[in-house]
Amino acid sequence: MLRSTFDAYAAPKKEIPRSVYLTVSAAVGVSLLLLWCVLSYGGFVRSDFLPTPIEVLQAGIDGIEDGSLAVNTAASVGEIMSGFIIASILAVPLGILMGSFKIAEAAIEPVTNFIRYLPVSALIPLLILWVGIGIEEKVTVIFIGTLFQQLILVADVSRNVSSDLLDVSYTLGANRRTVVTRVLIPATLPGVVDTLRVTLGWAWTYLVIAEFVAANKGLGYFILNSERGLFTDRIFLGIAVIGLLGLITDQLFKFLRDWLLPWATEG
Amino acid sequence: MSKLKLDKVTLEFFPRTGAPVLALDDVSLDVSDQEFAVIVGPSGCGKSSLLRLVAGLVEPTRGRITLDGTPVTRPGKDRGMVFQSYTLFPWLNVRDNVEFGLRIGGVPAEKRRHISDHFIKEVGLEGFESAYPKQLSGGMMQRVALARALANDPEVLLMDEPFGALDSQTRSLMQELLLEIWEHSQKTVLFITHDIDEAILLGDRVHVMTARPGRIKERVEIDLKRPRHVDLLTSPEFIALKRRIMGLIHDEAVRAMG
Repeated sequence: MLRSTFDAYAAPKKEIPRSVYLTVSAAVGVSLLLLWCVLSYGGFVRSDFLPTPIEVLQAGIDGIEDGSLAVNTAASVGEIMSGFIIASILAVPLGILMGSFKIAEAAIEPVTNFIRYLPVSALIPLLILWVGIGIEEKVTVIFIGTLFQQLILVADVSRNVSSDLLDVSYTLGANRRTVVTRVLIPATLPGVVDTLRVTLGWAWTYLVIAEFVAANKGLGYFILNSERGLFTDRIFLGIAVIGLLGLITDQLFKFLRDWLLPWATEG
Repeated sequence: MSKLKLDKVTLEFFPRTGAPVLALDDVSLDVSDQEFAVIVGPSGCGKSSLLRLVAGLVEPTRGRITLDGTPVTRPGKDRGMVFQSYTLFPWLNVRDNVEFGLRIGGVPAEKRRHISDHFIKEVGLEGFESAYPKQLSGGMMQRVALARALANDPEVLLMDEPFGALDSQTRSLMQELLLEIWEHSQKTVLFITHDIDEAILLGDRVHVMTARPGRIKERVEIDLKRPRHVDLLTSPEFIALKRRIMGLIHDEAVRAMG
């Protein structure tokens, strides 16, 4: 009996009962937490290297009370949203053009491919020289880091729209303009939302790097500053907040996709 | 008097590298008004290209295509098309898919609704008006595609292996449905298939194509009486026609392989 159950779970690509799925997920989560408790409370690792869960929680409460958490979170969220939104506004239409019109592809793609392979972190010193170390620098880093990745991904999305779908529209009496506005663009929407979802995750990486290099507020600054004072609990807190924000925005995009595009098949 | 006329149509492709490919060579074809014409041929014989030419999606290298005497130069709603691949607009429900052509043609809402009601009923999808394509089976999607093409009231209905991706039971049902709809709409149809049974069951006339370059090898009159049903497939007349067409196709398939 046990053997046959185990056998069923070991089959590749087969569904398993939901309860088993959840139990396994929860068990791994609890085990990791337990391991953390054992290592920290048990004194296996020095407390200035690994804080206890309660210390991190306490740091969180302190951060909320003295307002430092809110200030730094707001700064990071503001920077990331500015850079990300400006990049998206440019990348979505340009990407659709690039994937659908060869002439646009010829104009944009070679440049994009060149810049895309430059790690944006390599540009930070130059950007500091050009735009300073204020919020503009972070926004620019996120903008550049995100834009060129989005362009390539959105172009692929629009390239993958079935040409039969466009052709059938022509045979139904549509002209080029109608085909673009009423067929091509709607057909790219699910892929565009997925692209935004993925690239927003990457934008967090660029932000933290930008804040490590030069900043006087933000979550990256918060983490770096805590390291200088060996406040490991605050480092953990900063990381946890970034993780949590990432999770929230990701779920938000998932919700947005289900809500705005109920017709779309799973990406 | 022919409704649709292909006059010495030749289509060449010019790949970026390598020699030009002759897809269709000097194809002439007449389809009369209200005729159900079928083109059957081995895969790769250019029969889909032929349909795309008639649709105006591709331009012929040489030759002329006319519909009611007017040259075909671009796609238009007088030539409705049903593709083999699923081409419903995923963001529109069944009704809005059927009404798509009418909506962009500026038909008022009330009339649109009247027309879509009629064709949704015709293809047996009442009750699914607000379903999205992702909720439909393959057969249902092709029925919507058919209703969408018919709602535009085209002069000719072009069908490119529309049931090719369906399982054989669904395929038979769709063939019967199409026969039924055709028998009381009396549209002119140009239907492409590689399935000989399907060609004989549906067509008034079957044009057999050669392997690449595609040419019309022979025209076979299908004088089976209508209305037709799937049980016709086992009748002696049907089998005789099938033997004849199979012979024609077989030579071509062998030639295409070699």
